[in-house]
Amino acid sequence: MSELLSIVVVESDRDRALQIVDSLRKAGEIEIYVIGTTTSLSREVQKRQPDVVLIDIENPSRDTLEELALASGPLERPVAMFVDQSDDGLSAAAIEAGVSAYVVDGLQPGRLKPILDAAIARFKMFERMRKELAATKQALEERKVIDRAKGMLMKAKGLSENEAYDILRKTAMGQNKRVADVADALVTAAGLLS
Amino acid sequence: MKGAPLKIGFIPLVDAAPLIIARELGFAEEEGIDLELKRSASWSALRDLLYVGQVDAAHMLAPVPVAGALGLGGAGVPLSVISVLSINGNVIGLGQELAYELRNKGHSFSFLNAKEAGKALIGSINDEFRIGVPFPFSMHAELIYYWLSEMGLPAPLGVSVRTIPPSVMVDALKAGEIDAFCVGEPWGSLSVENNVGTLLLPTCAIWKSAPEKVLATRTAWAESEPVLRDRLIRAVWRAARWLSDPSAHSLATEVLSRNEYLNVPAELIGRALSGNLVISAKGEERKIPGFVRFYEGAATFPWKSQAEWIGDRLASRNGLDRAKGREAAARTFRSDFYRAALGGTSAVLPGASSKLEGALSQPAVVSAAQGHLELEADSFFDGQIFEPSRT
Repeated sequence: MSELLSIVVVESDRDRALQIVDSLRKAGEIEIYVIGTTTSLSREVQKRQPDVVLIDIENPSRDTLEELALASGPLERPVAMFVDQSDDGLSAAAIEAGVSAYVVDGLQPGRLKPILDAAIARFKMFERMRKELAATKQALEERKVIDRAKGMLMKAKGLSENEAYDILRKTAMGQNKRVADVADALVTAAGLLS
Repeated sequence: MKGAPLKIGFIPLVDAAPLIIARELGFAEEEGIDLELKRSASWSALRDLLYVGQVDAAHMLAPVPVAGALGLGGAGVPLSVISVLSINGNVIGLGQELAYELRNKGHSFSFLNAKEAGKALIGSINDEFRIGVPFPFSMHAELIYYWLSEMGLPAPLGVSVRTIPPSVMVDALKAGEIDAFCVGEPWGSLSVENNVGTLLLPTCAIWKSAPEKVLATRTAWAESEPVLRDRLIRAVWRAARWLSDPSAHSLATEVLSRNEYLNVPAELIGRALSGNLVISAKGEERKIPGFVRFYEGAATFPWKSQAEWIGDRLASRNGLDRAKGREAAARTFRSDFYRAALGGTSAVLPGASSKLEGALSQPAVVSAAQGHLELEADSFFDGQIFEPSRT
């Protein structure tokens, strides 16, 4: 176990994979393999015999790695999901950041920590980007719906754009709803009636 | 006023219905809790979220807390099953090539008889047969092992059982990575809809009352939060009762089909709830009463004997002491918590917390804690009866 630590990173997005590899390299002398395809994942991992496997928690193929935890043959290395309650919240931090780690039984905690710290920092950034992207998408969708609702009001009641938006805003306030929700209801109802 | 917030994890499957309905139809609110439902991409991710406390409770495969108690599948924290969520509801399906082979040899796809279907399947496969199940610790895996072993194909020795997440099962079948699958709805119906698979058997044809999904919490949480725990059990029980009325199905399917939940067409979800399954792209229909059960026959009661059956199977396959395995398993199914939560309600609670598994070929009336209770049929396809240890 005193040799070079080997890590498998499961990541199909090439750019993300490169970023992860870069941050891990800074954590020490490590041998890193990236597995991009998720088919036959557990066989690939078994072939590499790594000390640590890192995989995005949102990756559904992660379940296939659970098979490895069951490996009990003499030549197979037990790989267990890294959840340890006595590790100062390291595993909780990893899961929160969106990364799951499988670690070979018996690996020194001291060797693992810098690796996981680096992975956590990187995945936190991915997680934030994922959330930002989702929020931006939603904001765009809502903007579109509000514009359509405004257009409908302007046409139906002969209003200016500002007046139309005022009606949406007042209705939303009166009903304790968001403007986007009122607009959505209007667009849906108009669609049903047309 | 909003209730106490509870975070609950789920996997997009029809049998997450009691949790989704408890939130959307107001049963949680009536109990003074506010359920925040978090969809997860994989069973292992959901289990880990539960381990580290990112969710308070989770929709979980019945064997997962049991496997943890037996020390299988990585280190975690002790989990408790505070309620069963569903009975049955999985299907076994074949890739089109294999289905064609079975038809050619005269199999009728009656969708009822596990012996007949097992014989037809074994007669049409070679020793490279691969079947996908969603997780190593699942009723899918247990029932496949049980069925094929009893039919003379000793699994896992004679069969390659692969882990494939439900949402990618159809793709794996299409890509030829597996020849067959066992999966929860709506994913089996989706394989039919995409003309990739033909359904061979519902798993209720192997065991008529198999505990499928459970509501799991950390044992430490269940013990330190008795008030929230009881409210959660009651809210889910009320949702299950609502779901048992066929007139609720159309609304239930609409709610489940929403983007944030299953995100598949409502019609596909309706097949599982009504038990009217379409088994092939030709449109052949099969009616399976009680295909998935949420309420009837004390469906949500966490029987210690169910846990023991799972523990016994897991222990024996993994070379562990079976008596100890049963004992550890039984401790995870907390019928005491369930009784405490539903004691003062109109729920009819069983007199005992353990029963023979597989003894009822027909529904039967048994004595309950108060009055009587009708249990549904629970026989195994081969007539075995599982006797739990005395508790």
